[in-house]
Amino acid sequence: MTTIAKSASSARSWFANMDSQNRSAVIAYLLIAVLIILGSIFVTPNFMTPTFLLQQLRQASFLGIIAAGQMVVILVGNIDLSVSWTLNLAAVVATAIAAGRNDLLIPGILAGLAIGAIVGLINGIGVAYLRIPSMVLTLGTNTVLKGIMVFYTGSAPQFQKTPDFLSYVATEIIGGVIPITVLVWAVVSIISIFVLHRSTLGRKIYAVGNNEVAAYLSGIRTPRVLVGAFVLSGVLNALAGLLIAGNAGRSFNEMGEPFLLPSIAAVVIGGTSILGGSGKYIGTIAGVIIIRLLDSGLSVMQVSPAARSIIFGLVILTMLFLYGRGEKARK
Amino acid sequence: MTANISVEAALRLRFRRLVNRNFRVGLAFIAMFILLTINAALNPRFFTAPVLTSTSNQAMTLIFAGMAQTSVVVTGGIDLSVGPIISLTNSLASTLFPRNVPGGIGAIIVVLLAGALCGLVNGLIVVYGRLQPIIVTLATASIFGGIALYLRPTPGGFVPDWYNAVLTQRIFGLIPASLVFLLLVILVVWTPFRRSRLGMWVYATGSNEAATYMSGINVNRAKLAAYMMGGLLAAIAGLFITAQTQSGNASTGAVFTLQSIAVVVLGGTSLFGGSGGVSGTIAGGFTLRLISGILFFANVNPLQQPLWEGAVMLIAVVAGASRIFTVKNRLDILR
Repeated sequence: MTTIAKSASSARSWFANMDSQNRSAVIAYLLIAVLIILGSIFVTPNFMTPTFLLQQLRQASFLGIIAAGQMVVILVGNIDLSVSWTLNLAAVVATAIAAGRNDLLIPGILAGLAIGAIVGLINGIGVAYLRIPSMVLTLGTNTVLKGIMVFYTGSAPQFQKTPDFLSYVATEIIGGVIPITVLVWAVVSIISIFVLHRSTLGRKIYAVGNNEVAAYLSGIRTPRVLVGAFVLSGVLNALAGLLIAGNAGRSFNEMGEPFLLPSIAAVVIGGTSILGGSGKYIGTIAGVIIIRLLDSGLSVMQVSPAARSIIFGLVILTMLFLYGRGEKARK
Repeated sequence: MTANISVEAALRLRFRRLVNRNFRVGLAFIAMFILLTINAALNPRFFTAPVLTSTSNQAMTLIFAGMAQTSVVVTGGIDLSVGPIISLTNSLASTLFPRNVPGGIGAIIVVLLAGALCGLVNGLIVVYGRLQPIIVTLATASIFGGIALYLRPTPGGFVPDWYNAVLTQRIFGLIPASLVFLLLVILVVWTPFRRSRLGMWVYATGSNEAATYMSGINVNRAKLAAYMMGGLLAAIAGLFITAQTQSGNASTGAVFTLQSIAVVVLGGTSLFGGSGGVSGTIAGGFTLRLISGILFFANVNPLQQPLWEGAVMLIAVVAGASRIFTVKNRLDILR
């Protein structure tokens, strides 16, 4: 009896003494556990099986890769609103160059990734050197990319079918257990964790996000960090675009639209501050999984899209309140 | 003699302050007039009542959406739920409208109240929840969009013809009704708000929240008012698009969220808050629509139109928002 009370109180003090970034991640993973338990009780007993969960991870990996890039941009105190058409253009150009042939796939992929990098570079230079607010600039590049897409593809995109090998990569489940896309997401995640939490570049990213002036005065070349963040985001968007096209078997207009707002939501649900400078990558993974589990659970339950949308908004708000509110006006 | 000089200096100072304060808004108006001229040159029938009316109608929803965004942006916040509030009010209007006129007016009042309530919810969460506006409104956008979908799962509904005629046709066959409606909204809704003490507090809050708080001003009430005004103006946008399409659609507002931000920036309002206003936003809204008009009359390949629209918008926004050209100290840039 007393041991239970003692362990409960020690758990509470452990929780209270934790770094707020870690606490957010713990809350996010607790929510995943709650969702899985609720899902297996109310939706279908399958919810707890590894097969179902791996299937969810496969579906989540596209958003996961995008969210990794979005997180780095948010960490440096900016936002990338050009997600949807960057990945769309990359996917369409890649499939057009590959023209459905496996032997042309490599140049196609390289072109797609290069497009992501170029868009990121333009965004980064505009934000870092011309000091244009990222929200405005990325919104603008997104519109231009959309225009390029409409002009380039016309009403009927050509060579929209993806090469078989790309489809294989995007849909194959190795040994019926581990989907390749999850492996890609895992590699992206491991690199992200290493860079953000174990390298000097990571320290610079957090420093710029916390206080750009202080970082600049400490000798960090802050513009380069900003450009790097946007290029990384662009490349990861392009990578996700290729996988999404492979998964669907073709590239098509507006394929990126459903990913923009969820990518921001995933980062925020994962406990990263929208103001930049604070947040753990492991939380972003949780955010992506939460969005996926909510979505699939509610759709299996045949909850109407209206109610699903409302629940989604309420979950974001609830998580924000759990993570703690901001300071009062008197500063 | 000396008196003359000081008067002259004071006048010069006042003039310079006037120019400095309205520089970006002025640019927005200059851009609009240049585009108007090009439009008129390309299309000899541009200044006829039917063409002016359709141009004005096409721009109007975007302008009201931009005004809604301006109200929030002035406080230094951002409202990503402008589009979903438009969807919600559009869906609500299409379900509420009865056939008779008095009932219709009642429906309009209910819709306006619903929009203001949405804005109030945003404001309450931002102010008392002390959360960042961008993610709060991202979340409420999802909620409002869901409510819109609940009200109107499939496009449709009934909107009477008189309502369409009053807002989108011409008065005496000459004046576009939508322009008169815009003027009415400015005179009855925005100007009293902007001129009131509360309106001044809103600008002060956006300019420097801590200093405004220290001056004993109720910062919270100012923010609540700005978000509520944003919701109300978004509802007006929803009411206008209801008249235009004569139907309800739960996804009709989606495009306006990001476009409203673009229009605000085009209109010379700083995203950092505390400056600008709806006059620039109105010019920005017309500018964006006039670009498509020019591309159409210049016989640009329709497939290229979105690209040119995007490029012109990007250039305008970059020129308007880039701070590298206005900052003197290298360190100021980073702030």
